[in-house]
Amino acid sequence: MPRMVLLVGTRKGCFLLESDDRRDWKLRGPFCENWPVYHAIHDSSSGAIYAAAASEWHGSTVWRSHDLGETWEQSSEGLAYEADGEKKMSKVSNLAAKNGRLLAGVEMPGIFESTDGGVTWSQFSTLAGEPGSTIWDNPANQPPGHLGVSAIMFDTEDDARFWAIVQGISLFETTDDGKSWTPRNVGLRADWPREIDEVGFCVHKVVRSPVDGDRMYQQNHVGMWRSDDCGQNWTEITEGLPSEFGFAAATHPHDRETFYVIPLDPGHGRTMHDGQAAVWRTRDAGETWHALRTGLPQQDAYIGVLREGMAIDAEDSPGLYFGTSTGQVFASVDEGETWNEIASYLPAISSVEVAVID
Amino acid sequence: MADVYLPSTLPPLFPGLPRHLELDATTVDDVVAQLDASWPGLRDRLCEPGPAIRPHIHFYVDRERATLGTPLETRSRVDVIAAISGG
Repeated sequence: MPRMVLLVGTRKGCFLLESDDRRDWKLRGPFCENWPVYHAIHDSSSGAIYAAAASEWHGSTVWRSHDLGETWEQSSEGLAYEADGEKKMSKVSNLAAKNGRLLAGVEMPGIFESTDGGVTWSQFSTLAGEPGSTIWDNPANQPPGHLGVSAIMFDTEDDARFWAIVQGISLFETTDDGKSWTPRNVGLRADWPREIDEVGFCVHKVVRSPVDGDRMYQQNHVGMWRSDDCGQNWTEITEGLPSEFGFAAATHPHDRETFYVIPLDPGHGRTMHDGQAAVWRTRDAGETWHALRTGLPQQDAYIGVLREGMAIDAEDSPGLYFGTSTGQVFASVDEGETWNEIASYLPAISSVEVAVID
Repeated sequence: MADVYLPSTLPPLFPGLPRHLELDATTVDDVVAQLDASWPGLRDRLCEPGPAIRPHIHFYVDRERATLGTPLETRSRVDVIAAISGG
């Protein structure tokens, strides 16, 4: 089995959890000088780790390590909006890497690009002129904790095609490398008035099946949805879950019908129901759902998991991992049937990603 | 030469950067420029585009709150403070 490295972004730095057997895990860190890390990723093409960070004191930056966390550097050269504009960057929220290219989703909403491994950056797109941009480009309209462009997802084949989520607004798709964008919200529901027909949906997390590119799932603010045509149309699959609300989601690496989600109480709580931790799984594309609880705390466990807080590896029996708002990391190597707590006292966790090191 | 004192959060980001150094600078902005010339990227950690001092970074010149345009006297003391906040 290859070595597994979990990249754990927390409110106080980045940590690495390493294992050769997915049972015994060794913790390293904290890294990134304890800066709040919103998302840490591994670029399999270069072997580099990147961590999106934002300090209240020192601003936004992207940390990088080319030796699996032994040494780190950071740079924000070019990672800022022009001084003469109204847009200001509060944080780098999200990262995506493909074939030597690095994209960063930021708040206020926009996407920055690096083609030299995170040493320098340039503004790639603000999705200017797209439906809803007058809303998200209004400096007075930035909600607390806003992530801006909260996710970027590359197509596995076409380098010019990818998806971006503007938090609280829409999932967008581009097929011409960001020159134009199309909202992908057909079939979604919103429980609030929307000023513009095409957008105004609160998309939390979108995942795509590695074995069927047409199959997508999304955790939305008001429910779960499935797409069978690569995001062009969405069908609600919330029924059977204890809540419409949640952030994290993961799709099975070998079975397009299997999908994992962590429902949370909505409102201010945003923790698992009744203090009982559970990951919910469907094996039939959302027709039915089953709670997976064995090994997870079932009493007084008021824990949350954020949108980048769950990851899955691609082993024959895939490992599933999630990190909590209270600093625990849980792992399962039997598709969620049983869980082990592999870290207990980390800072509040923003993201968990898995890197496979051959 | 101005005496410049930096917050403890900066040296870990820039190898070789001391907490205290002497610079032949005429303004606060000149201090930042000289620091950035020796440790590229340091301006971004103290200033936003504009440029403007970051909201939670404070500069003091001889114990008085300063702006980027504040002039320095010979032997001025410049304290750069990361605001005491957060948790």
